[in-house]
Amino acid sequence: MTEFTPFLSFAGGTMIGLAAVALMAVHGRIAGINGILSGFLTTQLNQDWAWRAAFLTGMVVSPLVLLGVTGQLPQISIPSSPALLAVGGFLTGVGTTFGSGCTSGHGVCGMSRLSARSIVATLTFMATAGATVFLTRHVFGG
Amino acid sequence: MRILSAFAFGLLFGCGILISGMGNPAKVLNFFDIAGTWDPSLAFVMGGALLVTAIGYRLVFRLDQPLLASSFSLPTRQDLDVRLIGGSAVFGIGWGLSGFCPGGLIPVLGLGLTGPILTAAAIAAGILTARGLISMNVGKMAAKA
Repeated sequence: MTEFTPFLSFAGGTMIGLAAVALMAVHGRIAGINGILSGFLTTQLNQDWAWRAAFLTGMVVSPLVLLGVTGQLPQISIPSSPALLAVGGFLTGVGTTFGSGCTSGHGVCGMSRLSARSIVATLTFMATAGATVFLTRHVFGG
Repeated sequence: MRILSAFAFGLLFGCGILISGMGNPAKVLNFFDIAGTWDPSLAFVMGGALLVTAIGYRLVFRLDQPLLASSFSLPTRQDLDVRLIGGSAVFGIGWGLSGFCPGGLIPVLGLGLTGPILTAAAIAAGILTARGLISMNVGKMAAKA
């Protein structure tokens, strides 16, 4: 069980939205994390690489900044085994690359622009994620 | 200035992820587990993010250009193809197995736990593999043409 946190989740969501709007206003870029990560994985360390590296660094240090501000680290609980994390991560990398986006790129940035591709992509990955959790928890797992 | 602002926006994004619960795989998987220990919190994350982005983007696109760039980089494709739908379907399976989407994972890397680091390495391997497959395919099509 995890606690239902509508207010914190909504507040966090608005922060994600603000960051996406700010990145567009200042850099003209979509805040799709997989896309930013993908562009970061290159050997050409130019200006385009630099803002991606800076954005990702900001994300990575965010728990430490939260610790400094609130005095506590976020609660993380990982139910999946290392094998499932590895397989799931690999499929995530392959899928988001072929599908041109992830939860942030399609789900937030694309859907808010009413992009048909993003709406279809989001409905698709939400459906297969739901089906996967149903199968692993209620059909194959226990 | 560019670097500093990108860092600040990444920090804000990461704090949003952690506060919202998107970085906690147990919460993410429970969101999808409607038939079991359902936790609808993540719908509120999506709602908050979409509300701000839908309004904010409209205001931003009134600008002639971004503050520190020459133009907005926006996807222009409108067509629905097999690659988009198939890729998204595969991503959803991966997300359902691990509980980590890319945006949820990156901030958690800062905690230095082995599970998230393993997941990140696997995502990077997946990105590079898919990129290789796509460029091979493009090469083949170019050879045919």
